[in-house]
Amino acid sequence: MREVYITKEKFPDVVGKLMNQHRVFGPVFQGQYHEFAELKASDEIDLTYQNTRLSPKGLFHPHSERMFQFSLAKGDPEAGIVKEAPKDYSSRLILGMRPCDAMAFRLDDVNFDTTTIKDPWWTRRRATTAIVGLGCNQPCRSCFCTSVGTGPFDPSGLDALLTDVGDGFILQAITEKGQELLDGISDGGPVPAAATEKATQLRKSAEAQFVTQFDPKALAEKDMLELFNASFWDEVQFSCINCGTCTFLCPTCWCFDIQDEVCEDQGDRIRIWDSCMFPLFTVHGSGHNPRSQKLQRVRQRFMHKLKYYQDKYHDGVACVGCGRCVKYCPVNIDIREVARLMTATCVCPA
Amino acid sequence: MRAYTERIQEAARRLLTDNLVDVVIGFRKGTVPFMNEPFLAKNLDHVRQLYWDGNCGINLANYLAKRTDRVAIVAKGCDSRNIIVHLLEYQIKREQLYILGAPCHGMIDRRRMLASLDGKDPTHAEEKDGAITVAGQDFQVTLDRQEYLQENCSICIHRNPVIFDELLAEPVPEQQDVDRYPDVRQVEAMSPEQRWEYFENLISTCIRCYACRNACPLCFCPTCFVDESRPQWVGKSIDPTDTRTFHFLRAYHVAGRCTDCGACERACPVGIKMRQFTKKMEKDIKELYGYEAGVLPDQRPPLDTYRPDDQAPFIK
Ligand code: SF4
Ligand code: SF4
Ligand code: SF4
Ligand code: SF4
Repeated sequence: MREVYITKEKFPDVVGKLMNQHRVFGPVFQGQYHEFAELKASDEIDLTYQNTRLSPKGLFHPHSERMFQFSLAKGDPEAGIVKEAPKDYSSRLILGMRPCDAMAFRLDDVNFDTTTIKDPWWTRRRATTAIVGLGCNQPCRSCFCTSVGTGPFDPSGLDALLTDVGDGFILQAITEKGQELLDGISDGGPVPAAATEKATQLRKSAEAQFVTQFDPKALAEKDMLELFNASFWDEVQFSCINCGTCTFLCPTCWCFDIQDEVCEDQGDRIRIWDSCMFPLFTVHGSGHNPRSQKLQRVRQRFMHKLKYYQDKYHDGVACVGCGRCVKYCPVNIDIREVARLMTATCVCPA
Repeated sequence: MRAYTERIQEAARRLLTDNLVDVVIGFRKGTVPFMNEPFLAKNLDHVRQLYWDGNCGINLANYLAKRTDRVAIVAKGCDSRNIIVHLLEYQIKREQLYILGAPCHGMIDRRRMLASLDGKDPTHAEEKDGAITVAGQDFQVTLDRQEYLQENCSICIHRNPVIFDELLAEPVPEQQDVDRYPDVRQVEAMSPEQRWEYFENLISTCIRCYACRNACPLCFCPTCFVDESRPQWVGKSIDPTDTRTFHFLRAYHVAGRCTDCGACERACPVGIKMRQFTKKMEKDIKELYGYEAGVLPDQRPPLDTYRPDDQAPFIK
């Protein structure tokens, strides 16, 4: 696959031209932190960012989405017929996503895009979106991507990868989609040898900054029930306040709820993010709640990410090490610590 | 601060050894700078993990409601006030509690601290003599602690615990002549339209994660109104109507009870300043009833008192 070199001077022009062809999204500083947003001007994008506060999952799986609409009007011949709400599927380009976040979408695909079940909104958005990643030259202290099978320059989830080499970017195509994108860019030049060398250095120094936090394979080998019944959950769960911070910020938490909302004689069927940390998540129609205790909910989150997912899909853990939950959990429950507890050799049953 | 850690461990060891309490609620050192984790020490082994510094802003009274055992708890001024609210609202009994009062120097605002570092990633932070030294891979800065206090701490007038069984240190001087409400007055002075817009902007980024609600010791209802499903009172989406309903109702539910401990703002992952709602309530309660929540353990709060001979006209 081809690669081109774009100087920082020319970069806004490149973005501007892309904006004529696609809806372009990128990290934009919004007062207190960065968030992915559709660019209104080519200079809004800020590629000096570390990472966005919320993961970019909302671009494919929004917090609140109108799935269907229906009428309940008396005399309306179509009353009660649930119709798809209009959605915009025009071509999108996401610029500057971190490799871990892009990798997360591949993990989420196992939920939304299987041989038997295809979530129509997720799959169509995935198909009409190209993702251009931005390698992490300076990983945060709370990141641990290399411990969970990805890395600061991992191209796996990307269509193309940008590397910031100081005066410019190297843009490398990874997939066909990425190649097409590159073909359309006329402001690029051949990559100078010095830039290639710099990129290799940057990658090496970034990777060298990580220490291995835990070994997901060791978790795969553990007995599930032994982990489930382990006594350490009691200690882990104490401080948890069962909020939605960790699951809502996480790029690999995909759970949702579906509700009908009616205003006068018009109704919407909406889909909203849900979280296994909320007691309501598992309440049955009968009123019974199989996860009525905080311990059960806390255990679910970690077991799902680090154990059940592995056992079910045999493809690593359901965490890409973006570190959002580590940074923003209000009570400092650190998934790296929990994973270490789970991998510790002696798991004593409660 | 180090001195507090030693005192807490000493007291915890003593109380557990003498079988005066079953557990001790405190903090243990966090895994990232400017964060500590609420921690339940159950035995002498655990006691060694108990820790204290300026990053203990989470309100520990949140972990008390409906406990049935005998608990020692480390309490800053605000935590102690929320303990009083708990006692008044029958969430815990005084005889179950052994309160280790921590005269407070104000807690560090982690958000502002990190923002001041301009994207640099800190690895260590050390507090000493009113200064905080923050260090990372290739930088070190020393900052004035006073400048980086949580907003609620910088206007706090009850830093010393108002109820305790022993104090961990000499009382600290209380801040004098503090104007607690300049921001509220500014909002009060706005036109209704301006005010509406101000609050709409304030909560526009809310993701309905409920960290603010759940970090709050006052939110102990078995089922919160936002979680009621039969019937469902409030929509779950981030449509402004739903978000607004949540915030307005939450603010009213804590009226006359909120101690301005700041746990809600501290917890919010997107930095929403929801104290703008609760502070207005607090100011009104003070002006209307001369009441401050969680200061007097033996006086019923005005909003849960009913007198047939009340002079206010609404009673008739
Ligand atoms: S579990 Fe935490 S670190 Fe892992 S992907 Fe989710 S938010 Fe990121
Ligand atoms: S951790 Fe919880 S919210 Fe996240 S995907 Fe798993 S079950 Fe869903
Ligand atoms: S682990 Fe932290 S972020 Fe997650 S629900 Fe518990 S308190 Fe909230
Ligand atoms: S913590 Fe913040 S984002 Fe979460 S519900 Fe409260 S205000 Fe909204």
